[in-house]
Amino acid sequence: MKKLTALALMGALASGPALADLVFPDLSYRTGPYAAGGIPFSDGYQDYFALVNARDGGIGGAQARVIECETGYNTEKGVECYEATKGEGALVYQPLSTGITYQLIPKVTADGIPLHTMGYGRTSAANGKVFSHVFNYPANYWDAASVAIRYLLSENGDSLDGKKIVLLYHNSAYGKEPIRTLEELSKKYGFDLTTIAVDHPGQEQKSQWLQIRRERPDYVVMWGWGVMNQVAVQEAANIRFPMENFIGNWWAGAEHDVTPAGEAANGYKALNMNKVGDLPVFADIKTHVHDAGMAAGDGSNLGSVLYTRGMYAAMLAVEAAKTAQELHGTADITAAQMRDGMEALEMTAAKMEALGMAGIGPEFSVSCENHGGSGMGIVQQWDASAKVWVPLTDFIAPEDDVTGPLVIEDSEAFAAENNIAARCE
Amino acid sequence: MPDQVLFAMEVMLNGLMAGVMYALVALGFVLIYKASGIFNYSQGVMALFAALTLVGIQQGQVPFAHLINAVFGTEIHHFGWHLPAIVAIILTIGVMIGLAILIEHFVLKHLVNQEPIILFMATIGLAYFLEGVGDLMWGSDIKKMDVGLPQGLSEFIDTTTYNWFGYGFFIDRLDIAATIIAAILVAGLVAFSQYTKQGRALRAVADDHQAALSVGISLQFIWVLVWSIAGFVALVAGIMWGTKSGVQFSLSLIALKALPVLMLGGFTSIPGAIVGGLIIGVGEKLFEFMIGPLVGGATENWFAYVLALLFLVFRPQGLFGEKIIERV
Repeated sequence: MKKLTALALMGALASGPALADLVFPDLSYRTGPYAAGGIPFSDGYQDYFALVNARDGGIGGAQARVIECETGYNTEKGVECYEATKGEGALVYQPLSTGITYQLIPKVTADGIPLHTMGYGRTSAANGKVFSHVFNYPANYWDAASVAIRYLLSENGDSLDGKKIVLLYHNSAYGKEPIRTLEELSKKYGFDLTTIAVDHPGQEQKSQWLQIRRERPDYVVMWGWGVMNQVAVQEAANIRFPMENFIGNWWAGAEHDVTPAGEAANGYKALNMNKVGDLPVFADIKTHVHDAGMAAGDGSNLGSVLYTRGMYAAMLAVEAAKTAQELHGTADITAAQMRDGMEALEMTAAKMEALGMAGIGPEFSVSCENHGGSGMGIVQQWDASAKVWVPLTDFIAPEDDVTGPLVIEDSEAFAAENNIAARCE
Repeated sequence: MPDQVLFAMEVMLNGLMAGVMYALVALGFVLIYKASGIFNYSQGVMALFAALTLVGIQQGQVPFAHLINAVFGTEIHHFGWHLPAIVAIILTIGVMIGLAILIEHFVLKHLVNQEPIILFMATIGLAYFLEGVGDLMWGSDIKKMDVGLPQGLSEFIDTTTYNWFGYGFFIDRLDIAATIIAAILVAGLVAFSQYTKQGRALRAVADDHQAALSVGISLQFIWVLVWSIAGFVALVAGIMWGTKSGVQFSLSLIALKALPVLMLGGFTSIPGAIVGGLIIGVGEKLFEFMIGPLVGGATENWFAYVLALLFLVFRPQGLFGEKIIERV
């Protein structure tokens, strides 16, 4: 049936008028204090669309057009970027900022444009019954907290009873996201949770690490971003905290988070929602994009953690666009149709392998109710001498029985505040 | 001794060390304000620019490589050398002096006799310009600062305090190095201003612009001199903070830590910057230690400003600032 639809689509394309471009705004940050994370993500995001255009002739025959808008990781600028680009026919926004996400949620819902916040943003947006235009597959912050604890359980013979775990977090909406989940998990597993906040930007963390040194926790879990990560890794090394017991979330697990500390960062662990490695798609990007002089950046980030994640985000957007084209029988899809495509997205191992990205992410499917995907994540460890992240685990599933009720509770409170009627019934 | 007292002593010592790091940044502001009455908004970015330049020169990075490659289709990135730290530092000082000359020539010279707010606005423009040029010259990657400074737990202090109290204090060796360097820097600055002709000229301009000009002191030279010294101080601050966090664009935000120090110590006093830094460092760390857990933590950023404001209530000119009396 899918083949027939594709053939019909191709036939329609062959005889129809010239197609408009499919517009994918890239709300990037290549300047400012968070540029080191923003640049590789944006490079990966844009390079993948360039690859699809050059190698495949676009998405279902329609060329993808990326409009880049610099936000500087600034919420006001992010909203300005949204307002400036939405009239271009934007199909989906991926702002790479929880602050911008919170501002855009009511706007995209009113404008009918989907918002994809992969592993960040408002966690309870996973509930599609309430958040019609917001998607946060394949995983969210609460999944990440659960995955971290499940990993620690596996390391401790399935018991964390009596263990001391510190959450070191960026003192922002983003950093506070996992607290509720970790509190629930601490009740369930009997570990002692201490939360320690670090103010923006996080260049000075002496007090926090002195406290950690005094309290001697068994593990430190970190929710950091930007300079906070590099300083935390260095401070952990300074107080000689065992690096193998220090676990960052997936926004604290890129190469640049550990390289400034040099050898001292060896053994530091981090979650990841996408596996890194030598994927076949990189060779295609090198040939069709970089060697053709169409790279978004200088090409040096190819294959890095955040480049891979940006590319993964673009791939998920392309696959959702393809799904939308199949669903609606047209290549020239609208934002509303793109939303439908995202809601019907199905990522299988076979599909990822065919795209040259075998195992990059977990298998998952999106539905009207579930906009959050499977929530799975891996744990990786930094090898300082080889300067590579080594995956330690396969994809670990979160505890839906813990995170699920929290998602329902938070999203229903949001629905009540905003008079949103439940969908999918 | 009770554990809480020992912990408080450790926190206080670390606060003093952190205060020295803040004072290093504040010093650059004081030097320029004292000599020219300009609040140099770009001091933090100068520290970033100096650190980027130092690492770039040391690692043999080709400046503006991305721009050159994009325009000419070349693939050049590195000169292929790795310079000793001291050579790279000397070359970076040269760059900062060159920058001071350019700032005087293209910005300050055209703003002589303008209101202080105009000069302040010019330094805001300078900050954004330098941030952009730094990015274009050296790229946005986070770089490792490697000039051989020690880092990590001081075994000596840990062992000694353990033998004394049964609890080993943590003091970062980088903070000890920063304290020694700051002491040398302040002694050098004081000696320069007291015992050299240029230093005396600098003080003369700081005391009275008009009088200094009337005895033949070149304002142009003094501005280049003071911006060069501020550039050098920015380099020292950039090295220290860059070693702590890697050289990255958030380094420019260290200026935020200097503002309460300046408010407290006064904008015109070098000892004020040091004492202000120490008071802020100790105050914020002790507050975080004692009150932080009761109010959810992360108190340091705002408490530093509260502390500075409290001092301002009683001494509006800061601890060591000059009292301004205007009779009408």
